[in-house]
Amino acid sequence: MKNSENTRGRIQLIVLRTVVYIILIFLSILCLFSFYMLLINATRSNAQLQAGFTLLPKNNFFVNLKNAWTDASINIPRGMLNSFFIAACCAVLTTYFSALTAYGIHVYNFKLKKPAFYFIMAVMMIPPQVSAVGFIQLVYKFHLTNNYIPLILPSIAAPVVFFYMKQSLESVLPMEMVEAARMDGSGEFRTFNQIVLPIMKPAIAVQMIFSFVGSWNNYFIPALLLDKAEMKTVPIMVAQLRSADYSKFDMGKVYMFILLAILPVLVVYIILSKSIIKGVTAGSVKG
Amino acid sequence: MNRKLKPRKGISYAKWGYIFTLPFFIAYIIFTLTPQLMTIYNSFFENYRSGLKQIGPNFVGLQNYVALFTPDKTGMVGMLKYFGNTVVLWIMGAVPQIVVALLLAVFFTSYRLNIKGQQFFKTVIYMPNLIMAAAFSMLFFTLFSPVGPINQVLLAHGIVEKSVNFLGIKISVRILISLMNFLMWFGNTTILLMAGIQGIDQNMFEAAEIDGANSLQVFFRVTLPLLAPILVYTIITAMIGGLQMFDVPQVLTNGKGTPDRASMTMVMYLNNYLGTSKNYGMAGAISVILFLVSSALSLVVYNSLSRQYKN
Repeated sequence: MKNSENTRGRIQLIVLRTVVYIILIFLSILCLFSFYMLLINATRSNAQLQAGFTLLPKNNFFVNLKNAWTDASINIPRGMLNSFFIAACCAVLTTYFSALTAYGIHVYNFKLKKPAFYFIMAVMMIPPQVSAVGFIQLVYKFHLTNNYIPLILPSIAAPVVFFYMKQSLESVLPMEMVEAARMDGSGEFRTFNQIVLPIMKPAIAVQMIFSFVGSWNNYFIPALLLDKAEMKTVPIMVAQLRSADYSKFDMGKVYMFILLAILPVLVVYIILSKSIIKGVTAGSVKG
Repeated sequence: MNRKLKPRKGISYAKWGYIFTLPFFIAYIIFTLTPQLMTIYNSFFENYRSGLKQIGPNFVGLQNYVALFTPDKTGMVGMLKYFGNTVVLWIMGAVPQIVVALLLAVFFTSYRLNIKGQQFFKTVIYMPNLIMAAAFSMLFFTLFSPVGPINQVLLAHGIVEKSVNFLGIKISVRILISLMNFLMWFGNTTILLMAGIQGIDQNMFEAAEIDGANSLQVFFRVTLPLLAPILVYTIITAMIGGLQMFDVPQVLTNGKGTPDRASMTMVMYLNNYLGTSKNYGMAGAISVILFLVSSALSLVVYNSLSRQYKN
């Protein structure tokens, strides 16, 4: 009796497990398939693409790469360089100043400590688009269109990154360490830069990746502020592909453009996926 | 919090608190708060470009808001239609996103199931979240275009007789947009909910099992109620994200919200006014409405976060 119940339970578990794996494999294919098609199509010439879809790659990858890289109207290497510069600056500024702010609120007691903290929490979820009108007016007023300053400097104030850094500080920084540094005569800035920042390295690395990716992918505001060809970023160029008359395009080149747009992030993700996925949860609510 | 750090021997460190937090607040005031106030201020003015002529700024009171809710020649209220589109597109993507994520989170955390290869699956399903939305959308545009590979496959297998213009049909455009949003966000939600389930006291599950509860009973009576706060947080932040929906429909439909503006979202509408017409008055009014809706939603998130801090 007991035995047959056990067997039934075992069979049930095996069936359930099989169903779960089928669901997981299906979802994985759903996630990967469009990128697989992108990769395959980037290896095929325009004529091969017209002939129909195949699951296997062809040999036109480097021709497409050369055509895309040297295209006269869409200067993708320049765009990637521009995007990289902006994203790198944002990543550095946003992590350094968020850590600095979090440290300031975490370690010191000052009259406006609580109001400052709750203010940042309150504005954390307000989408950036709702202040875009005034932001654009301000940029025009100071003649900063086609300039990277308005795309980089705002990253100093990033409430979500601040929140993440604050949580990280609470778990990794023992107060005694700050005290000890003071005893040794270390100034407050030096304590932060030379003792606290190294302790926060993992949190900073994760947030650097997220802010780099966020900036690399950012489309809304840059598209409104950059119209000079040599200043454009990658997402603006991708959108430009869409508004061009695509039927006249060499489609192999179009697929290559899309591949180039996502490749840097994809490579970083493949290398660092483990720590990136760990970083997703750390900044959120704990219930 | 940090009682240990009271000023000793007359040295006060308070000023360092101000110095360290000052850059953040200066940047916030210049780049977010001032623009926010300017946006609200603008919404009460007539201020746009008509050809080469600049009209305004003239104070018009609430006229921009009235204009937003006034039906056009065809009897359509743009504002309501685009808000409706945004809500429909969000629901079509977010409902499967949350249901699937909840299921996967339960699968991954179940000891009984003991799923192998979790790291691989998580890596794969989270990946679309980091992909440039504009590029992802452009990719779907090329794949689903009338001469694209999807149509080639459908034609080659005789599933359709002539190529389908996926981007010309209201429902297929909406499905494509929601599918992309679903793919971009369900992995992220899965990881958040997994952390939530792992945070639940394991004794609860054991107690339920000893009491003879089956898997479904455990899910509905234990997991779901204890996960509720995180689930609410996830849903609300997803709503705020949905309100900002822009890149995917903008690139897929070349900013036109085709067909018949059925895929025009609120931010696309806002973006139209910020283009060549530079209609800061109307754009301001739309922004204020977006601001109010997102603030109301933010309040819920704020409450759950600050509760965590008070505990």
